[in-house]
Amino acid sequence: MNPTSPLPPDRHHEHPVEDRGLDVGGHALASRLIVGTGRYESMTQMRLSLDQSGSDCVTVAVRRERLYDASGQNILDFIDSDRYILLPNTAGCFNATDAIRAARLGREILRTLKNPGADWVKLEVLGDSKTLLPDPVETISACRELVADGFKVLCYTSDDPVIARRLKELGAASVMPAGSPIGSGQGLLNPNNLRIILEYLKQGDPDYPVIVDAGVGTASDVSQAFELGADGVLLNTAIAHARDPIRMARAMKHAAIAGREAFLAGRIPRRLYGTASSPVEGVISTRPYGNASR
Amino acid sequence: MTIRVRVNGNEIELPTAVSIEQMIRLVDIPQNYLAVEVNAIVVPREDHGRHLIDDGDEVEVVTLVGGG
Repeated sequence: MNPTSPLPPDRHHEHPVEDRGLDVGGHALASRLIVGTGRYESMTQMRLSLDQSGSDCVTVAVRRERLYDASGQNILDFIDSDRYILLPNTAGCFNATDAIRAARLGREILRTLKNPGADWVKLEVLGDSKTLLPDPVETISACRELVADGFKVLCYTSDDPVIARRLKELGAASVMPAGSPIGSGQGLLNPNNLRIILEYLKQGDPDYPVIVDAGVGTASDVSQAFELGADGVLLNTAIAHARDPIRMARAMKHAAIAGREAFLAGRIPRRLYGTASSPVEGVISTRPYGNASR
Repeated sequence: MTIRVRVNGNEIELPTAVSIEQMIRLVDIPQNYLAVEVNAIVVPREDHGRHLIDDGDEVEVVTLVGGG
């Protein structure tokens, strides 16, 4: 290369390269992935997977203590509380009353642990144990009461735009539509509904966080959610039940970065016909069928 | 004198005038990482010493586990 010929100016200087993190419920998260802590083969596998995911926020569930088997390991011994903020969930609850009780019990544990996650909850009220689809009526009822009780509610819901809008109006700190049923690995079944949710909830409020929660099967699902404009993705089984969870956790980290960056960069429009990447002028060839553009 | 209470769905017998703190110790649960609810109301950790369990109380003792 001719050393006297200067390189073109670095266009990255014109705007910041770094994306800001995810701000939800007053908590600033460096990573846009929120990962679950369930279904791992061992606590060690979970700990290493969380590490590789790059996440700084992990979900936990509230369950009865095994009263006569106190020797079991506790998950809290395997989660570095300086590194991860805990997001307690109400998973497994099938009505608003139980979900509210679970949320308050989770808050009490996190309060005594002095974990900053004491003021928020992932609200999940299920309607059906086969599909694990959310019950919209009970979810709305629980969301209303938890918001009134001072919770920052991250609300798991279906991909129905009308319910999503209702939950935001009720004061949910984030609406978290499902890509597909929990643990199903089907990815994003209705991207158009997610587009509508993103449009509705961000209208005049572009920073309102919408997090795709549930249904992720593999890394491209995560990228797709971010490319649609989701602010975050919450997943668990796609990592925990992968053949190699630790490697899949790393894949998810890269998928989140790739998808988010692609969204910020702006994809090109889809076109029916090809457009040449190399110059059309000066090519040493004749074209079959004449000039297609005519 | 004893009372019968339900703890995490199981009926157990406890001496009368037992506090939550004493009850948790009786059933051999590590005190860390726990929250306690009596008749569907959370009892804050600070009150465990003075909150006495009554006959017929429904008690839930919970912890955190892995979840998504």
